[in-house]
Amino acid sequence: MDAEDEATGHMIEEEEIYVNGGEDGDESKRHRPIISGEQLDIEAYAALYTGRTKISRLLFIAEKCGNASMQLDALRMAYDEIKKGENTQLFREVVAKIDGRLGPNYGPDNAWADAVDRRAELRKEKLENELNAYRTNLIKESIRMGYNDFGDFYFAHGQLGDAFKNYVRTRDYCTTSKHIVHMCLNAILVSIEMGQFTHVTSYVSKAEQSQDALDSITIAKLRCTAGLALLEGKKYKLAARKFLETGPDLGNSYTEVIAPQDVATYGGLCALASFDRAELKSKVIDNINFRNFLELVPEIRELINDFYTSHYASCLEYLGNLKANLLLDIHLHDHVETLYEQIRNKALIQYTHPFVSVDLHMMANAFNTSVSSLEKELEALITNNQIQARIDSHNKILYARHADQRNTTFQRVLQTGCEFDREVRSMLLRANLIKHEFNLKASRKH
Amino acid sequence: MLLEDPMRGVAPMLTALQKLQYSSEQLTTLHPDFLLLCLLAKCYKTGLSILEDDIFEVDQPRDFLLYCYYGGMICIGQKKFSKALELLHSVVTAPMSVLNAIAIEAYKKYILVSLIHLGQFSSSFPKYTSSVAQRNLKNFSQPYLELVNSYCTGKISELEAFVQANNEKFESDKNLGLVKQVVSSMYKRNIQRLTQTYLTLSLEDIANTVQLNSAKEAEMHVLQMIQDGEIYATINQKDGMVRFLEDPEQYKTCEMIELIDSSIQRIMMLSRKLTDMDEQLSCDPLYLGKAGRERQRFDFDDFDTVPSKFTV
Repeated sequence: MDAEDEATGHMIEEEEIYVNGGEDGDESKRHRPIISGEQLDIEAYAALYTGRTKISRLLFIAEKCGNASMQLDALRMAYDEIKKGENTQLFREVVAKIDGRLGPNYGPDNAWADAVDRRAELRKEKLENELNAYRTNLIKESIRMGYNDFGDFYFAHGQLGDAFKNYVRTRDYCTTSKHIVHMCLNAILVSIEMGQFTHVTSYVSKAEQSQDALDSITIAKLRCTAGLALLEGKKYKLAARKFLETGPDLGNSYTEVIAPQDVATYGGLCALASFDRAELKSKVIDNINFRNFLELVPEIRELINDFYTSHYASCLEYLGNLKANLLLDIHLHDHVETLYEQIRNKALIQYTHPFVSVDLHMMANAFNTSVSSLEKELEALITNNQIQARIDSHNKILYARHADQRNTTFQRVLQTGCEFDREVRSMLLRANLIKHEFNLKASRKH
Repeated sequence: MLLEDPMRGVAPMLTALQKLQYSSEQLTTLHPDFLLLCLLAKCYKTGLSILEDDIFEVDQPRDFLLYCYYGGMICIGQKKFSKALELLHSVVTAPMSVLNAIAIEAYKKYILVSLIHLGQFSSSFPKYTSSVAQRNLKNFSQPYLELVNSYCTGKISELEAFVQANNEKFESDKNLGLVKQVVSSMYKRNIQRLTQTYLTLSLEDIANTVQLNSAKEAEMHVLQMIQDGEIYATINQKDGMVRFLEDPEQYKTCEMIELIDSSIQRIMMLSRKLTDMDEQLSCDPLYLGKAGRERQRFDFDDFDTVPSKFTV
């Protein structure tokens, strides 16, 4: 029913960010039924991000892709990235996953791990002593910096819960709104890594309250994290609005959370799935700010234009091609199916809307599917009351059906009359019964 | 009844009943006995004629419950499911301080009739049901509630399997016939749903969607439903196609106007009754006593229309 039908392997020659993977050129047998010609170029993808999110994304790709060589590539890059940092816990996990498949260079490097741990212990002690000193001195600013450093330390070592706690503790020692914004941004970063998006929403609103300290980059950051939280909460319409409001100043400044390509992809897909035509035109197609983002992912731009101009077959084809890569995205993974289904349903509804009768053969051609599967989809939509129509199964035509107002009014009137009749009669009866009971009780009293 | 010949008792009972009532709206103790006789004698039509009168005055709650229960059974026998539903609903929601067997049996039948007539059943009680009923009725009718669940899935095979499994329970409650009717109503409901989505449909497709065995069976079902007036359709035997039509009722005929007019009259009469009852209640000394007690909380400055005799 969904985009898998469309992926007939017809590749579109497009200048797009996910270049055909050169290193893993062999199309080894994939366990997933998606036949898409383009695979994710992991290096290019990973280059978009920095910091901890890069590692999490690489690990996610390694887990979810069915391709062994791609998996090893992802793990290799994750290994390199972790070695640059100080997270020994994650290091051990990745080593276990690699399992010696990448050769001796990528084996468990216990020497390095121990060195890092020892360094961490020393630093932790130092930080604690400093913090205690500051606390006895009761200088707010230094206490705040102390807690902040602690938070950074725990974050670098992968202890996200402690990091979060420390960042939140700085709240009591924030004196200017700049401090508050700084704290909120840190808290948001950790919450996203932990996957607790309720915190993200609350801290975003907290940060937005201190208006004066916000420059346009920070505002853009806050908007897209709000959008991310809403996406996780499956509120696609609101998420789309947030993403579309993100200013182009975001640029590459927030790569430890999200890349501008992602803003375009998430915003575009959510908007397509939840906006109606008017909103789609005004907020997406005519939106100059968002155009900068869409330039980065021309496929999404083409896809939205196709949808608006009713070229549903090519729109659904683009979607099909993108699907494999989108399933590897850490935030979008759970929502791809739902969004695709919603977009497809909207396409079907929009197609049938202006017509009194539609030939199902032509419609099946337009959507690149067979008449019987189309009929089943339409039946589901009609039963859910999203299309007002009836299917003539013999001649394979869809007839729009407009409710006869007069008849329905009469029917409703008669029905209401009957219900009122019934209810009042039973009410009078019950009142009578209670009265008699009451009388009985009263007579028993005397 | 003692003579094991209920038929002979029907006519005399009927006359006795009519003589005893001082208005057609009153329920006497004879009513439930009369209905029981009709049930045993299987002359449902006579029972039905008594049921046509609305009852507004009740002396004994027990009489009332029995009356409604037997009345419900008679209506089921005559296939007047909406009236049966009403009567059984009255039993279930009647004010009672103690749970009794009549209510339990009535609840079971209520579930089944609701499934046959409406195709759904909501297990939440309306607000005016007594708390005793709300708490306990569900415990006694577990298999029936499970029947509702399997009905709602829409799969005939599941429903039939469930019925087979719980055959003895339904049998012991003497509800097996009703349960079988529930199963056949499922086919009807599925076909009705098809009329909403399709304009024409082949008999083969109907048989497949509704999980019938062959196109012939589907044709028989559709034919039966057209005759009963449950759907509007024409069957084209040459192509094996069924064409679903809209409800031809145009609401323009004289009969329709008469129907609407009589409904209006009835409802006006009912509202008059309601206002009468309201007036009566407000003059009732017990009510005034309670209401008067509450008014103490207001200021003395409030214009106190209730004479002080009633404020305790």
